[in-house]
Amino acid sequence: MQLVQRRPLPPQLSRVRAGGLLPLLAILAVLLVLVAVRQPDFLAPASLMSFLGRSAPIILLAAGQYFVIVSGEFDLSVGSLVTAQVVVAARLIDSDPSRTWPVVLVLLAGGVLVGLVNGLITTRLRVPSFITTLGMFLILVGAVYLWSDGAPKGGLSEEFRRFGRRAFEDVPVLGRIPYALVVLLVLATLAVLLMRSDFGRILVAVGDNARTAALSGARVARTRTIAFMLSGLAAAVAAILIGGYSGVSFQAGAGLEFGAITAVVLGGVALGGGRGSVAGAMLGALTLELLFTLMNFYGVSGALRPTVQGAIILFAVAVSTRRSTSR
Amino acid sequence: MSARPPALLTLRGIGKSFFGVRVLDGVDLDVAPGEVHAVVGENGAGKSTLMKIVSGGYAPDTGTIEFAGQPRVFGGPRDAQRAGIGIIHQEFNLLPERTVAENVYLGHEPKRRGLVDRRQMLSRTAELLATIGETDLPAEAVVGRLGVAQQQVVEIAKALALDARLLIMDEPTAALADHEVELLYGLVRRLQQQGIGLLYVSHRLTEVFDLSDRITVLKDGRLVRTMPTADATAEDVVRQMVGRELSSYYPDRAVPADIGAVRLTVRGGGNRKLRDVDLDLRAGEVLGIGGLQGSGRSALARALFGVEPFTSGVVTIDGRPTRLRSPRAATRAGLAYVTEDRKGEGIVGRQSVLDNALLASRAVVPARSGRAARTARVRELLAAVEVRAAGDDQEIRFLSGGNQQKVVLARWLALDPLILLFDEPTRGIDVGAKSAIHDLVRRLARAGAAVLMISSELPELLGMSDRLLVMRDGRVAGELPAGATEEDVLALAVGTVREAAA
Repeated sequence: MQLVQRRPLPPQLSRVRAGGLLPLLAILAVLLVLVAVRQPDFLAPASLMSFLGRSAPIILLAAGQYFVIVSGEFDLSVGSLVTAQVVVAARLIDSDPSRTWPVVLVLLAGGVLVGLVNGLITTRLRVPSFITTLGMFLILVGAVYLWSDGAPKGGLSEEFRRFGRRAFEDVPVLGRIPYALVVLLVLATLAVLLMRSDFGRILVAVGDNARTAALSGARVARTRTIAFMLSGLAAAVAAILIGGYSGVSFQAGAGLEFGAITAVVLGGVALGGGRGSVAGAMLGALTLELLFTLMNFYGVSGALRPTVQGAIILFAVAVSTRRSTSR
Repeated sequence: MSARPPALLTLRGIGKSFFGVRVLDGVDLDVAPGEVHAVVGENGAGKSTLMKIVSGGYAPDTGTIEFAGQPRVFGGPRDAQRAGIGIIHQEFNLLPERTVAENVYLGHEPKRRGLVDRRQMLSRTAELLATIGETDLPAEAVVGRLGVAQQQVVEIAKALALDARLLIMDEPTAALADHEVELLYGLVRRLQQQGIGLLYVSHRLTEVFDLSDRITVLKDGRLVRTMPTADATAEDVVRQMVGRELSSYYPDRAVPADIGAVRLTVRGGGNRKLRDVDLDLRAGEVLGIGGLQGSGRSALARALFGVEPFTSGVVTIDGRPTRLRSPRAATRAGLAYVTEDRKGEGIVGRQSVLDNALLASRAVVPARSGRAARTARVRELLAAVEVRAAGDDQEIRFLSGGNQQKVVLARWLALDPLILLFDEPTRGIDVGAKSAIHDLVRRLARAGAAVLMISSELPELLGMSDRLLVMRDGRVAGELPAGATEEDVLALAVGTVREAAA
């Protein structure tokens, strides 16, 4: 159909997008300064690289959680999924290096499968995701205890553990680059690209107004289910890194779901969906980790972590609600 | 000054900016007790902002508010309420599960020894309703079971229970069916007799002329003119609103040569809300669908678009039987649906104009042909439908209703639909944008699209349609040719005549 062509609207102004992350970047900068004051060595390239490598799992979990939250749902199952994956990996590998790669694939597939189940229960059976994933959380905890008779069995191979604890050493300028950091950079790039794709834009639209999205031809249930699968996948990768870094334990993933949600909220992503960027969520995770590092340097008890996390969640949600309703 | 009684509300030099954009500039306005003062203007003219300032929602940047002889600064809507200013929004703010009385006295229930005194609450509500002549509405009725018009009465009673002396009515008839509008007229008259001042915001000029004592026209945040209604004509007001002449309200209808083959047919279509619907829709024509609210007009569009699909009957598109089981299936079959509830299911409010316009393309068309080209095309469409926004990255919720609707249109045009379903495409849209949308609908039909258009506004329905179906109780009550009168449509809609043998 021939419609008169007019001057197009002014194109996107990049400052608007960057503006959303500015407060977070400011907080990050302040934390860095505070850390540097207390512990100048921290800013040395090698120690900074190690810090980033250590933070990789929570950043990945935040990215996974972001997909779910921006689509208007929650995933509370990731912490126990990480634990389950670490325990399962130890038992399946049983210290046999030749089983490393098959087990890595099993873990990745398992993560996706748990996400699929979460997604189907939420979208097809219409159980609120809060409940679905809380149920999944409990099921996984119980199943792991049952399967391992109360104590982790077997052991991880060194090949498996290197992802989480080895690094490219003697790198010029940077000193060392942990494998975990490489994994993080690759997946983070993919996550950002995914959010720029049609799928990513639809995901946000679904979280903002699922009715409109459905009436525009979007497959809402499928889109949300994929978000859960991505979160499961992120949990699997995080489990591989965490297992490598800190070994096998029933505490491997404890509390990570709240860590991830806190990070996402801190990153300016609206609970309930429809607003915020995956880069913001990952920066939120980095900020959170840096804050805990800082608390550590200043001798604040580690027992305060949950309290701080809780306070941050409340504060961040209050601020974001205020921002979005003030006009 | 004249012999007018001292004003109830006096605004002087009201100005307001958002993010450096002036939305109101030096507006003066006054309302006398018992006066109906209509405020008209295109969307984006500043009406809503002005109403929010009067009702305490926003603080003005400049200017003064005087109410009942005293200068006022409202800290919030509650301050304004306490001072005696009530506002009746387009969307009601009622608890559907509670009774009329409970809603009317919500938050300030009459108490006896610390407990809610239900008997007194009921009797006071009944008195209140009686003072505005609404004796038929029982105070103990559950609000959710009432019709829209009666719910509006509850909203008004709610404001009066707080001793409102000035009522702001924002598009009060937008949600009402035509026969309910008459009831509202009566109510407005009785409020006037009580000495209550009314600020009446509406797009419908008929009402404005029927009801108001004075009319104030706003354009681009400035006051164009305030005039006694008796001295004004509709043409004057429209010209002042849009700043130009609207030569004819509706574009020319289709000529026989424009009308092509049958695109879509329904035979015996039925579901929970529809029965035995037969329908033919041809390329190049605008088929109007009339009827009262709840007659099945919207249900028909929703059935066709697969939202609540037909459970019986046969639908064909270009001669082939087709099942449209979901909006996605309908979209892929070449249908497009502009919904009646723009905010609830038409826009994705917090996403950008561009994201909104790309939504359907992204959802159903794989981007193989190149995303850059697709985006460029959608940008052209946004420009072609003349969306006015600060940029295509602006969140759509900050646009006026008319501009939002144009973005929704661009979204569908990007898919080159063959069949377009419009449900109240111009509801809540200002005059200028309205005729732009009318033109666009007609141009689409002329380009070969088959258009089905639902409207509760009879002049629009009659002005736009090449042919009309009128619905009643989930059935097609009859068909009317172009040139039918409002009386013809109403007669079929309310069932005062025998149905045409169909």
